[in-house]
Amino acid sequence: MRRFAAFWWDFVVGDDWRVAAGIVLAFGLTALLAATSVPAWWLMPLAVAAILWVSLRRAAR
Amino acid sequence: MVEALTIVLAMGVTRGWRAALTGTGAALLALAAIVSALGPALTIVPIHTLRLVVGALLLVFGLQWLRKAILRASGWRALRNEDAVFARESEEARAAAHTEHAGLDWYAFTISFKGVLLEGLEVAFIVLTFGSTQGSIPLAAAGAAAAAVLVVVAGVVVRGPLSRVPENTLAFAVGVMLTTFGIFWGAEGAGVDWPGSDASLPGVLVFVVICSFGFVTALRRRRLAFA
Repeated sequence: MRRFAAFWWDFVVGDDWRVAAGIVLAFGLTALLAATSVPAWWLMPLAVAAILWVSLRRAAR
Repeated sequence: MVEALTIVLAMGVTRGWRAALTGTGAALLALAAIVSALGPALTIVPIHTLRLVVGALLLVFGLQWLRKAILRASGWRALRNEDAVFARESEEARAAAHTEHAGLDWYAFTISFKGVLLEGLEVAFIVLTFGSTQGSIPLAAAGAAAAAVLVVVAGVVVRGPLSRVPENTLAFAVGVMLTTFGIFWGAEGAGVDWPGSDASLPGVLVFVVICSFGFVTALRRRRLAFA
C-alpha cells in the first residue's frame, strides 16, 4: 500500500512537490480573482512562469 | 515511448522476445483498460470542473517535462543517452537469475511490463485529458497509437535503441504544449474569461516558449558563472 501511494506521489508530484503546491495555490488565487470584477486571465501564466523559475533555481545549485 | 522501446529491446535481445513481447502486450492491454474505464466516467463531469482538473494535471505533467528539458538544455542535467541505458539494461538482464512462471522468463516479462506500463501511463493520462476536454477520447487514443506504431517501426528499421532521436527537443516541445493547454483550460475552469476566447491560446503558447528559452539562457549563464 505504501509503495502504491509512493508510486502515485512520484507520478503526479514528481521531483519537486513545491511545483504541485504552487499550481494549487495559483488556481486558488485565480478563482478568487475571477470572482471579482478584476480581469484574472494574466495571473495563471505569470504564476506558472514564477513557479517554474523558482523550481529551476533550486535545481541549478 | 522511446524509453519503453529501449527497455523492451534490451529484454528481447538478452532474454528472448517471447517474454518481452508478452510483457509489452499485457501492459498495452492494461493501459487500454485504464483509458476505457476512465474515459466514459470523465464525460459525466461538468465541463468547468473537468477543465480545472485537466488543467491542473496537464500543468503538473507539463512542468515536470519542461523542468527536466530546460535543466538538460542548459547543462545542469546530463542528456539521456539511449545507448547507455540499453547497455545498462542488457547487462542487468544478463546477470539476472532465470526463473519461469507460466512458461515465461519472469524477469523479461516483468521488466518489459513495468517499463511499458510506467512510460505509457503518462501517455494514457494525456489521451484522457485532451480527449475528454475536446470531446473525443477515441481520436486522442488513435493519435497516441499512431505515435506508438511510429516508434516501434523506427526501432525495427534501426534495429536498436533510438539514440539519434532528439529526445530533449521532443520533451521540451511536449512540456511547452502541456503547460500551455494546462494554463488555458485550468484558468477557464477556475472562472477566467480569456480575452478573445480561444484566440488567446497562441498568445499563451508564445509566452510559455519565450519564458522557457529565457530560462535556458539564464541557467546557461548561471552555469558558466559557477564553472
